Amino acid sequence: MKIGGYLCTGCGIGDRLDTKSLESVAVREGRIGFCKTHDFLCSQAGVDMIKADMALEGDDQVTKAVIMACSRRAKTESFNFGAVPVSRVNLREGVIWIRPEGSEHDETTQEMAADYIRMGCAEVKAMHQADASGEQSKNNHIMVVGGGITGMTAALEASKAGYYASIIEKSDRLGGVMGQLKQRQPEHSPFQNPQDTGVAALIAAVEADDKITVYLSSTIAKTAGAPGRFEVDIASTVGAGTHAEFGAIVQATGFTPYDANNLPEFSYGKSPNVVTQLELEALARAAGDGPIKRADGKVVENVVFVQCAGQRSTKEGHLSYCSGHCCATSIKQAMYFKDSNPDIETTVLFDDIRTPGAGGENFYRSAQDKFVTFRKGKVSTVDVKGNELQVNFKDLILDEDAHMGADLVVLATGMLPNSGTDIDTMKDKDASGEVKVSVESILNLNYRQGPDMPQLVNGFTDSHFICFPYETRRTGIYSAGPVRRPMDAAQAQTDAMGAVMKAIQAIENSAIGRAAHPRSGDLSFPSFRKEGCTQCKRCTVECPFGAIDEDAKGYPQYNEARCRRCGTCMGACPVQVISFKNYSIETVGAQLKAVDVPDEFQEKPRILVLACENDAYPALDMAAMKRNESSAFIRVIPVRCLGSTNTIWIKDALGSGYDGVVMMGCKKGADYQCHFVKGSEMAHVRMAKIGDTLSTMNLEADRVAVHEVAITDIDRAPKLLDEMVAVINRVGLSPFKF
Amino acid sequence: MTTAVNQAMVEKYKGNFLKEVTDNVEEGNWVKMCMQCGVCSGSCPLGPHWDHPPQELFMMIRANKREEVLSSTSMWMCTSCYNCVARCPRGLPITHIMHGLAHYGKRMGMKPKNQPTEKFGQMFWDNLIKKGRVNELKLGLGLYFKDGFAEGVKVSMGKQKLGLNMMKAKRMSPMEMLGGHGVKDLSGFHAMLKKAEELEAARVGANTDAK
Repeated sequence: MKIGGYLCTGCGIGDRLDTKSLESVAVREGRIGFCKTHDFLCSQAGVDMIKADMALEGDDQVTKAVIMACSRRAKTESFNFGAVPVSRVNLREGVIWIRPEGSEHDETTQEMAADYIRMGCAEVKAMHQADASGEQSKNNHIMVVGGGITGMTAALEASKAGYYASIIEKSDRLGGVMGQLKQRQPEHSPFQNPQDTGVAALIAAVEADDKITVYLSSTIAKTAGAPGRFEVDIASTVGAGTHAEFGAIVQATGFTPYDANNLPEFSYGKSPNVVTQLELEALARAAGDGPIKRADGKVVENVVFVQCAGQRSTKEGHLSYCSGHCCATSIKQAMYFKDSNPDIETTVLFDDIRTPGAGGENFYRSAQDKFVTFRKGKVSTVDVKGNELQVNFKDLILDEDAHMGADLVVLATGMLPNSGTDIDTMKDKDASGEVKVSVESILNLNYRQGPDMPQLVNGFTDSHFICFPYETRRTGIYSAGPVRRPMDAAQAQTDAMGAVMKAIQAIENSAIGRAAHPRSGDLSFPSFRKEGCTQCKRCTVECPFGAIDEDAKGYPQYNEARCRRCGTCMGACPVQVISFKNYSIETVGAQLKAVDVPDEFQEKPRILVLACENDAYPALDMAAMKRNESSAFIRVIPVRCLGSTNTIWIKDALGSGYDGVVMMGCKKGADYQCHFVKGSEMAHVRMAKIGDTLSTMNLEADRVAVHEVAITDIDRAPKLLDEMVAVINRVGLSPFKF
Repeated sequence: MTTAVNQAMVEKYKGNFLKEVTDNVEEGNWVKMCMQCGVCSGSCPLGPHWDHPPQELFMMIRANKREEVLSSTSMWMCTSCYNCVARCPRGLPITHIMHGLAHYGKRMGMKPKNQPTEKFGQMFWDNLIKKGRVNELKLGLGLYFKDGFAEGVKVSMGKQKLGLNMMKAKRMSPMEMLGGHGVKDLSGFHAMLKKAEELEAARVGANTDAK
């Protein structure tokens, strides 16, 4: 049982630092078993040397290791020793690459390296090997909620990958909105003509697949459990309910069309000849191969499409966002007319034509080629004049009021997601004492945090748009299709594939007790010291993922398969009883205490930097790669998420003589970038209260700074550290140096 | 002739000026492909001097503003710098469409009155077909006197020095006044022009035939 230290002298570390002295720092001050130096530690020879030590028997066996070389983000494969806890000391990116050369800098640079080595040795002692919790279970069955094309595609993809799927469909048939369409926009080059929706083929494939079960006229009465072991009660409006178990869930509940009755200015409801896009599909289907007729039987000869009807508008009751598919849908529908008779006047009145996707532009060109007229204009009203309609609009190019007659007006209204209960507004209503749920719950989650997934802007299910698009804040539950964001059929099908892959990933990871992401492969999970817990419920409330319930006695109950290992609970705990095996109050606390704080006469401040390992730490690493210079007085400790930052660390640091603390997390708020959704935000909330602590210690408030740093802030991140150095220069060194 | 064709055109295309442009204007089939981004108008160095920049002209065509488009002075302002063509994201031959529209407006008898470019164009053409070669002296003088005798004298006096220098350098001969030199086979040239006119009349006539 030994802690082995391995110091690399490659990449210039040996040239810039006094490695002999660092070795003795590691052994004497870090108090580890030994420290070996290698001039190329990540080479086969270097790694073999470490492995040989780990393979020894008895007291000589190395059971924990400190690698003193490059950033923990470099050479992760080489320095992965499986079951052996390893601490990485960042001498390359963290020290020599950010420090200028020259003898006048040698002393502070050497001190920096020595501190990081002390920190690494202290950390590894507090680390323990993480094991799975033992609560693992695996279930190869995926529940797909919604039987539209998104749901059916998801189920078929799951089946192709060898998993089972059950489709829960509320109505009595499969197909969803796409099933009501005549044709869809083209999916393949040359993207010129509308094509078959393919819904019939999808339904046939689903029905023929023996790995897929379909529950029609069914809803979900209750969902309990965690990834790998979801317990679901399925209610049926026609028969008896069922109880089933699933490994993961894909929610593909689609959208409801925006209610055109909110648009009386366009004479919707006043005239049967003003229809929505979906209503036009019904007319087109009724027409079959013949000409499209109005409700009164007249063959349509002059049709006007009104884009952005009640969308992209700030008016009360309108949708503020673009629904993404309507331009292409109107183009497609204009072609229904043009293809049947090129003499039919088809005019699209648009504000901006938006045709996303590979084929969108070609489809638009194809419509222009077919003489569909596009006029940039904003429609104000539609008047009913006997059997005719008059569309009044402002021509935005000619800058004049204009009007045109039409037999039929088609409104491009938007989409509203079927996301279920908005748990955030529920909370608000709770306070006033009345709970008014406008949308029925879809998943009926048996979670403390509410019956459905949290929603982001405009009611669409929450997801990390950039890094984990299908992920919701409920691990193992993935959303796909227009419930996630407005989209067209092709995107919804791509989405379905992505979401089902994530569902499979969740099933496989939960089976072995690993985090799915962002810390994929992490076996650690939070546990708490029961005798210290005050049952304050802060961890249950702050967990962004609803991973923590309360047991009958009010203690936190971890559902480790729902956990993403961010440590927000650990940061939240006021009595610091929550910890992970390899990441705890102690691992970070020991590191910051291991730093040698010089007395005030040496005039060398110490600044603690807690940097999010997802964005801020990589940004600092990349700044180092660019050789962006940084102060020698900073000591950086990476944290899983700024949300895992416990205020005790800040208090400890300031109490032990640090002059300043800089915290770097991801962007928070509605357009958050935090990989753990709320972690960064929670940290900001907690740190807003740190001012009280500072004032009781008689310290200046600006000694603690919290910043939002993106991975791209390569030049800004070091500047933020320089700013803190300037603050310390201004307010003076901390009075707490001993 | 023009009036007859014009009336037939109006009758044939009725409310569909875009179709009329597509069928009859050189490169006019491209007008429908405009996506109203406005890059052409923004790129045009003469843009501020036009009544209607290209983007607007194309929109007017779609909005059936036949009179306004064909009698517009805008397309006559095009100097063929090709900036718009180089920049159009849809690759429309905008310069060519402008010349096509100008020509079509003239053919329809709707050209703007007293448009200098149009006047000069006609002068150049008349001058050219007479001998098969451009008589630069006559063309120049014609241009000086296009706005009346008094104006012509004024311009001529102003350009006196330039004229003398050109004569000295043998770049201009006063003898050209007496008729000037022509192509070898003048009658052949005229026959060729006549044939071309016939072909063009037949083409336009074909488009003008009632459906």
